[in-house]
Amino acid sequence: MRGLSAFLCGGLFGAGLYLSGMTDTTKVQGWLDIFGAWDPTLAFVLGGAILPMALAWAATRGRQPVLGGSFPARPDPAITPHLAIGSALFGAGWALVGLCPGPALASLSYGGWPGLLFAAAMALGMWLAPHVTTRRASPA
Amino acid sequence: MQADWLWGLGGGLMIGSAAALFLLLNGRIMGASGLVGGLIDGSGHSNVMERLAFLTGLIVVPGVMAVLAGGAETGATTAPVILTVGGLLVGLGTRLANGCTSGHGVCGISRLSRRGIVATLIYLGAGMATMWVGRHLLGFL
Repeated sequence: MRGLSAFLCGGLFGAGLYLSGMTDTTKVQGWLDIFGAWDPTLAFVLGGAILPMALAWAATRGRQPVLGGSFPARPDPAITPHLAIGSALFGAGWALVGLCPGPALASLSYGGWPGLLFAAAMALGMWLAPHVTTRRASPA
Repeated sequence: MQADWLWGLGGGLMIGSAAALFLLLNGRIMGASGLVGGLIDGSGHSNVMERLAFLTGLIVVPGVMAVLAGGAETGATTAPVILTVGGLLVGLGTRLANGCTSGHGVCGISRLSRRGIVATLIYLGAGMATMWVGRHLLGFL
């Protein structure tokens, strides 16, 4: 049941990314190009996505997930160097190609070799992340 | 072109509904980088099947829609260096920050998470700055 539900949620997420234009790198780069021909579409995507999710967070109060387990605890509010540096690196990479992780996967089947190369490099970067943090956290 | 914002809003509502269902049914945060990254670095070993099922839906459904539409494209650059550097930065950055557009942007902002809001402001700022340098200053984007 958890698997079927996860599959359907992933599918709905993918369909939303596809229809909203988030898998079109020119639209995403246009959104980031505030000094050029700015494309405001992404603001509608983000706004549209936040609305149902805010209702969902409100609905979690005093309840448990339908398929068992428990809702995620509120994260530590601390703004860490990792959060800031990681987000800055992510933003730079996002602008270079116009893909973030969700749309990179949603377009994997039709993005051709550029999409596959981007996804492979993204996977390598994800694999590298814990090695970078471990090295910095443990004294030499 | 005028309908772009409507498609954006409709697609956005679908993205948010997917995140809402994943939370209310499975009790999980719908963050693309976290769901994939947990498989890659092994931190998500306790729920591999759930992650794989989500990612299968995420890849297959838009693929089927693209076929039904008679093909689709991303319009991405074909410069291998930009694709590689961009992918590395997105992968490394989202895992260091523990979230991307879906995790910090959609799931974080909607619960007024301080981390989610700050992360979103930083990656938007860095993205806009990179775009300015790459497109208007150096002209390679």
